Amino acid sequence: MVRTREKRPTAFYILAAFFALFVLFLYGPMLTIFILSFQGENGGLTFPMNGFSFHWFVNLFQQQAVGDFGGSFLRSLKLGAIVMVVTVVVSFMAGLAFRRRFRGDTFVFYLAIASLIVPSILISLGIGLLFNIFQIQPHWYSSGLGAHLTWTFPFGLLIMFAVFNRFDPSFEEAARDLGASNWQTIRHVVLPMVAPSLIGVAMFSFTLSYDEFARTLMTAGSLNTLPLEIYGMTTNVTTPVLYALGTLTTVFSFVIIGLAFGAVLLLRRRKAIG
Amino acid sequence: MSAPNSKRGSYFLITPMALVFAIFLVIPLLTIVVVSFWDYDEYRILPDFIFENYSYLLGSSVTWQIYLNTFKYAALTWAFTLGIGFTVAYFLAFHVRSLTWQIILFMVCTIPFWTSNIIRMISWIPFLGRNGLLNQALMGTGIIHEPLEFLLFSDFAVVLADVHLYTLFMVVPIFNSMMRIDRSLIEAARDNGASGWATLRHIIVPLSKPGIAIGSIFVITVVMGDFITVRLMSGGQSASVGLQISNEIGLLQYPAAAASAVVLLITVLLIVTALLRLVDIRKEL
Repeated sequence: MVRTREKRPTAFYILAAFFALFVLFLYGPMLTIFILSFQGENGGLTFPMNGFSFHWFVNLFQQQAVGDFGGSFLRSLKLGAIVMVVTVVVSFMAGLAFRRRFRGDTFVFYLAIASLIVPSILISLGIGLLFNIFQIQPHWYSSGLGAHLTWTFPFGLLIMFAVFNRFDPSFEEAARDLGASNWQTIRHVVLPMVAPSLIGVAMFSFTLSYDEFARTLMTAGSLNTLPLEIYGMTTNVTTPVLYALGTLTTVFSFVIIGLAFGAVLLLRRRKAIG
Repeated sequence: MSAPNSKRGSYFLITPMALVFAIFLVIPLLTIVVVSFWDYDEYRILPDFIFENYSYLLGSSVTWQIYLNTFKYAALTWAFTLGIGFTVAYFLAFHVRSLTWQIILFMVCTIPFWTSNIIRMISWIPFLGRNGLLNQALMGTGIIHEPLEFLLFSDFAVVLADVHLYTLFMVVPIFNSMMRIDRSLIEAARDNGASGWATLRHIIVPLSKPGIAIGSIFVITVVMGDFITVRLMSGGQSASVGLQISNEIGLLQYPAAAASAVVLLITVLLIVTALLRLVDIRKEL
């Protein structure tokens, strides 16, 4: 059969226009606050632009009276990094465990699903109450960390499921036949093969934690994470400094996404060469 | 065989995850159930076994209104995210022909998901506000003469922000289901004279049902428990169940918040159980 380029049906153009509108809907508002964060010194929260300046970005780092932007940013960064490492390791282990049936596997699976669908504020309330009753001081690195893990583990586990459902076990069998120990098989065969997905889990868990608000509300203790800080600012800041903060955190999220993609591409290339 | 191949190995590998779920999910939820029967005064919570929190909650007409309002948000958001999500997924899966373009356009849809929800809500302010872009544009073209007040800080704004935030939760699972549909089925339908609509109705929609169910579970549970969107976008003029719980937490009325939380949890679980009858999640991964 000779492949000719089929003419596109009218439906294609209608759907393409719909898709374009959807993309505009997704990105439009973000673009407006991006532009408005460069608002001039006397400008307000809406258009028109009153000049162009970096005033609000400078302001963000000066104005300590409003809040502790630097401190909360660092805390969110640290928390995100810890959540990321723990989620990658624990999800990978759990993914390996689920490759064969064991007693209670369905139960753990449904716990993960439950963790995903239970409203976040309930996790926050429950952990807060638990710490309150036992008179343990909540901290972002204890109760806060636990609350975030209940959010990232289900995603990590589901990704590992998707990976291992498509994983060809003959590579491992070959490694074992050649005398590799279990640990060597995992280290030199399984791990390199699933590495790109693990980077995906890492990016997923970092950004989920970095942006998490509801689960942190009652579990962060006395020191705010960045989303709590931003939320506080929405109620008492009425200058474009809010947009500057929005632009900065969004740019930061994009950098993380870019790094993750870069890492995956690098792995692919190395695999292609090696 | 040595450890990792035995059942013992599986137990060892699953322990960290199971422990975290036990300590930070199961025990906290049980704590909520227990505390919902406790008493409280202005300063502390008092261990007890009373039903006042529930009788007060369920006896108040405010509660029923709040639930009605929350269901309204959930239903509207669900309808819009499903309509938009299905259309977008259908376009990506069946009308974009090269895999590279499918991946690129899919990424374009997912990237905003990686950024802060609160920032994405705030970003509607310069657009919808009294002096916002939309009002300026409408007044500039002479369609209206007074700025529209209902755009920001209203139910409209809440649903708009919810749809903006969560449509992706529909796109991803539906797209996933659609990509698994055997293309020869569609060719067979076409060869037998089925129109585009008939193919859509009798093949694509039924086979996309698992994706639709998973997306619906996500969107409905998220909106049912939400309180930030309602607070920020309604400007404090509307209430939702989540917002009520968050207000009670703010007032340190933990047993009352716990009772509300238990009722919310039961409601969400009932909805999810109903939706799970349509789909086996483990098979869909």
